[in-house]
Amino acid sequence: MRDEYLKPLPEPSIDSQPFWDGLKERQIMLQKCSNCGTIRHYPRPMCEKCHSMECDWIEASGHGTVYSWTESHHPFHFGFKAETPYILVTVTLDEGVRIQTKLLDAKIEDLKLDLPVEVVFAQETPDLVLPYFRLAG
Amino acid sequence: MAESLNGKTAVTGIGETKYSRGTDKSSIGLMLEASIKAIHDAGLQPNQIDGVIPYSLGPVAEEVMAGLGLTDVRFSAQTPMGGASPVAALQCAAAVISAGVCNHVLIVLGRRGYSDARVTTRLAAMPQFRQIAEFENPVGAFAPAQLYAPMIRRHMELYGTNPDQFAEVAVAMRNHAMLNDNAIMKQPLTVDDHHNSRMISDPYRLFDCCLESDGGAAVVISSADFAKDTRSPVSILGVAEGHPDSPSTITQRPDMLELGLSKAAPRAFEMAGVKHKDIDLAQIYDCFTGMVIAEIEDLGFCEKGEGGPFVEGGRIRLGGELPVNTHGGLLSQAHIAGMNHVYELVRQLRHEGGAAQVPNAEIGLVTGYGDLGDGSLAIMQRGV
Repeated sequence: MRDEYLKPLPEPSIDSQPFWDGLKERQIMLQKCSNCGTIRHYPRPMCEKCHSMECDWIEASGHGTVYSWTESHHPFHFGFKAETPYILVTVTLDEGVRIQTKLLDAKIEDLKLDLPVEVVFAQETPDLVLPYFRLAG
Repeated sequence: MAESLNGKTAVTGIGETKYSRGTDKSSIGLMLEASIKAIHDAGLQPNQIDGVIPYSLGPVAEEVMAGLGLTDVRFSAQTPMGGASPVAALQCAAAVISAGVCNHVLIVLGRRGYSDARVTTRLAAMPQFRQIAEFENPVGAFAPAQLYAPMIRRHMELYGTNPDQFAEVAVAMRNHAMLNDNAIMKQPLTVDDHHNSRMISDPYRLFDCCLESDGGAAVVISSADFAKDTRSPVSILGVAEGHPDSPSTITQRPDMLELGLSKAAPRAFEMAGVKHKDIDLAQIYDCFTGMVIAEIEDLGFCEKGEGGPFVEGGRIRLGGELPVNTHGGLLSQAHIAGMNHVYELVRQLRHEGGAAQVPNAEIGLVTGYGDLGDGSLAIMQRGV
C-alpha cells in the first residue's frame, strides 16, 4: 500500500458499481441478462440481444485465454512510469467476454494466442482491488 | 439508396495552414486561416457559406461563424468520430446539400496537437472514451498506441504480418513527405532507422506512430450544379461511414480486426459505381503503420491477412500500383486528423500535386479512422 496512489482511479457509474464492489470481495462480477442469459461486459443497462433491462450479476471463474497483448514501454501516465515496460493483455474470459488488464510475471517472448491465464487480485488502495492476470500454472 | 449521393456534390475549395511543431496561433486562428483560404479557393465570399461542420474536438461552429462573420448559416453539426470525422463530415455535407438544406458547407479542423495537451490527455476528455477511462486506464492502458497495438499483434500472430512491412509503410510515407513543402518530417528514413527506433508499445516503435502537430485545414463542399462553374471541382462519387460492433471499446469487439471501414467500403464503392482497379491513388488514415495495412484489407484491395504482403515491393509508393498518402500522411506530413488527407486527395485530382503528383490521376479515395474503430471513406473523381 502506498501513501500516495498516483494512478487513475475508476469512477464507477450506476451501471458498473456492482463490478467494482465485487472486486473488493475478490470476485469478477459480470452482468447476465435475466431474460435471455447473454453475458455482457463492460457493464451497461440493456442487453444488446433481447433489450431486456433486467440482469443478474454472476461471478466469473477468473480463468481465460490470451486474445492479444502489447508491452508498453513509453510512460504515457506518470503513475505507471516506475513499472515500464509492462505487459497489457486482452483476456477472453471463460464466460466469453473480455478484460483488458496487466499480465504479471511473464515475458513477452513467451506469449502466444490462446494461452491459459488466471486472475490475480491486487489491493491497490483500501477501496480499490484490480484484477490482474498471470499465465495459468 | 446505393446511388443516393453519387455525383450530387463536389469539393470546390481547399485550404491549409503551415503545418508545424509549435505555433503562436490559437486553434480557432488556425481554423479561420484555413477556412478563408478554402472559401476563396472555391471562388466564394465568406457569407455564402451556409453550413458549418467543425471538428468535434475544439472550437465550435459558433466560433467559426463569429470569426468569419457568417450571418446566414442554416446547418451546423459535428461528426464526433475522432480521425474518422473529416471524411464522415463529407457524407454529412453531401447529404444536407443534396437535401436542399444549404448550398455551401465548410468543413474545418484546426488543432494545436503539439503545442497543447498531448494525445493521452485529449482522449481522457472525450466522451467516446468513457469506458476506456473507467476500465482500462486504471490498469495502465491510455494511449492509442497501447490500445491499437494488440490489434496488430493479433494480425501478426494470425497472418505473419511483420515489422519489415510496418517499416515499408513508414518509409513510403517519409519519401512522399520529402516531396512536400508543407510536411514536417523531411529527413530520409530507412528500414534500419525504423527498426532501431525506440519501442513505444510493442510492436509499435516510434516510427510506427503518427506525429503530434499544429495546423489547420478546411474544405468547401457545394452542389455539383454550382461546382461545374468553379475553377477545379472534384466530384464526390461515393461516401460512407461505418461503426464496428462494440464501437465503444476495442477490447469487447467480437473480432478485434474487424473495423468500421469494412462496413463503409462496400457501400461507398457501390454508391460510386467504381471498382478497385479504377482507384489511381489512396489517402489512408495512418495513425499507425499497421492501421494502413488493416485498412487496405477492409477497403477490399486484398483479403484479410494479406495487407502486409500488399504493401511490399513499392506498391504503395509513388510510381507503384496504389500510391498511398502522397503528402506523407499523419506519419510524416502532419497530424491534422485526416483533414490533410482530404486536402491532398483534392490537390492530386486537380493535378496540383507538385513533385508528388500521380500522373493522370482521375479517381482516388480517402479514408478516416478513429474512436477505436469507426471508419469513413470517400471516393472522388476529377471534375464534375
